[in-house]
Amino acid sequence: MNPQPLIAVVGNPNAGKSALFNALTGARQKVGNYPGVTVERHVGRAILPSGAPAELIDLPGSYGLDPNSPDEAVTRDVLLGRQQGERLPDALLIVLDASNLDNHLRFALQLIALGRPTVVALNMVDLAKRDGLELDAAKLEAELGVPVIETVAVRRRGISDLLGRLESELGHQRAVHGKDLPPPDLIHLQKRAREVAEAAILRETPVRRITHRLDAVLLHPVAGPIILAAVLFIMFQAVFAWATVPADALDAGITSLGNIVGNALAAGVLKSLVVDGVFAGVGAVIVFLPQILILFLFILVLEATGYLVRAAFLMDKLMHSAGLSGRAFIPLLSSFACAVPGIMATRTIDDPKDRLTTILVAPLMTCSARLPVYTLIIAAFIPNRAVGPGIGLQGLVMFLLYIGGIAGALLAAWALRRSVVKGRGGAFMMELPKYQMPRLVDIALGLYQRALIFLKRAGTIILGTTIVLWALASFPQAGPGQKQSEVSIAGYIGSAIHKVVAPIGFNQDISLALLPTMAAREVAVSAIGTVYALDASDEGQLTSLEDRLASRWSLATALAYLVWFIFAPQCISTIAVTRRETNSWKWTGFMVGYLFVLAYAAAGLTYWTAVAFGLG
Amino acid sequence: MNAAQPAQAFAIPLDSLELGKRAHIQSIDWAALEESAARRLRQFGFDEGVTIEALHLGPFGRDPLAVRVGRMTVAIRRAHARAVHVVPIAK
Repeated sequence: MNPQPLIAVVGNPNAGKSALFNALTGARQKVGNYPGVTVERHVGRAILPSGAPAELIDLPGSYGLDPNSPDEAVTRDVLLGRQQGERLPDALLIVLDASNLDNHLRFALQLIALGRPTVVALNMVDLAKRDGLELDAAKLEAELGVPVIETVAVRRRGISDLLGRLESELGHQRAVHGKDLPPPDLIHLQKRAREVAEAAILRETPVRRITHRLDAVLLHPVAGPIILAAVLFIMFQAVFAWATVPADALDAGITSLGNIVGNALAAGVLKSLVVDGVFAGVGAVIVFLPQILILFLFILVLEATGYLVRAAFLMDKLMHSAGLSGRAFIPLLSSFACAVPGIMATRTIDDPKDRLTTILVAPLMTCSARLPVYTLIIAAFIPNRAVGPGIGLQGLVMFLLYIGGIAGALLAAWALRRSVVKGRGGAFMMELPKYQMPRLVDIALGLYQRALIFLKRAGTIILGTTIVLWALASFPQAGPGQKQSEVSIAGYIGSAIHKVVAPIGFNQDISLALLPTMAAREVAVSAIGTVYALDASDEGQLTSLEDRLASRWSLATALAYLVWFIFAPQCISTIAVTRRETNSWKWTGFMVGYLFVLAYAAAGLTYWTAVAFGLG
Repeated sequence: MNAAQPAQAFAIPLDSLELGKRAHIQSIDWAALEESAARRLRQFGFDEGVTIEALHLGPFGRDPLAVRVGRMTVAIRRAHARAVHVVPIAK
């Protein structure tokens, strides 16, 4: 049997390519990765009018066949049949933004010259009309020599026509102009693109474009930053407030499921592995799913409307002064929920040095996993009193910890760009696309894919490390009169760690918890709880944990521990994703090393200062 | 300096074009741009003779610039805009 025909969906960024891809394939799509490069591979299945299936591949948006970024290199290599693990597409579906013809035609002409069976989707014709443009698809078809179908992807207009034309074109080999890349004579291409566009545009009525009017407000030098700050404030409010209910429900669900499974198992090593290892460890991470999904909901909506690029525009100068680019704004923003998706989002940064710097500082953003730790320590040590009208001391400390992370990231970026990642800053060149209403289905699909990626990670990397840590903490098993936390391998490692961290005020309990905390930061809470509880009675550990902390730690130790958490890279998933995205153990090791050094120095400074003020 | 410049006077660097004003691109000092930046500008449709309009400035340090080139709005940094010489269109 013949394999399904492969159709590549290709076009400029912001041509509405992904919306068209979603409309053609529905939910029948998969997100993967190209081997060796960190570029996402989106494939899906469409049903052609004859009922035969076809495989569609959504190639990264590109401005031409001369790549500027790893994404664009993949697009070129797939189109030329050079991409490892991808067969040469049987047909091309070129997506053109109807209101940006002159520009998008340049790439389209290059693509048509490849000589593959081709259909052009003249997309977003409704927005072009809104902009006062009247187009003639038949004229465009005559000029280009390939079928042109008008589409409005977000309203599924033209989709069945498109599939029909694709199927009939699949059989026809067009005159092939040679297998290799045509010489990219940009000046000639540009001229021809303009001619074709002129022929296809029937009328152009100048209208005040909606995008223009919105930008006058959203990019206003005063109103713009204020609106951005308000949007971010609402977003963080939502991440931390709306997530509580689903997160608690998830937590309760995982706990009771763990109990049910635990009760079904006989007491012993297996039960301990399942309950203490798998459910406690992986469960601690999965409860962050609601926060991550809410954050991504905001990011996906803001991205789909076109606002996120404006945010990057507003922030570019500030980011640039720290040695980053405006494009780093989005990844760093995501890192407030979790550095893992944040680091993955750096893929959109063209410049390799900008990208590396962004990855290296992303773990400094206060991710949601630090919150349980901050909350516990602050509740135990910082008195709940007002320091001003409406400002509580506890809230102020929390705010300072966030600011500490941001300031740390900017300073680290600044220092990195002057030392190990030296070099000219990359450019900031971005298209500001038209504002658009996001389509619910596209957002839902995006969220679903994010959730799947996160859960897969929890089921693999996090599950694996959790089991290893559980084993270290459980063996050898304590005999009568011995403490499990002291005789286990983890206990010995903890004692060794204590020798190193004693100078910065960390006691034996903290040292014991540092190793399991490497799995994920929030594990610190349960690990400290375990240190106090596992050895003795199990009861009331969380209610009295704050009191126990307050009686056993000095304020100086507590403050040092808080500051430690701003910097310390205690998250195995972040380390793993850094390795994957930088494709380098050297840079991963460097990141872990420099963050631990910073954490040690900052915690030490805090401790010694506090002791000097008599808080020891 | 570009050789084409003295012949047609009044060319100014793009970063001094007044907001809301339209201009023609007279010349682009490609040699002053790093290769990737030059390629991106070309892909955005920056070319001699193209109409360009200054739209917005970044709120901090009046950088970057948002300009309309052809039918597209793009953001570029001031440092790159300096390499683009434009002749304002009289109203």
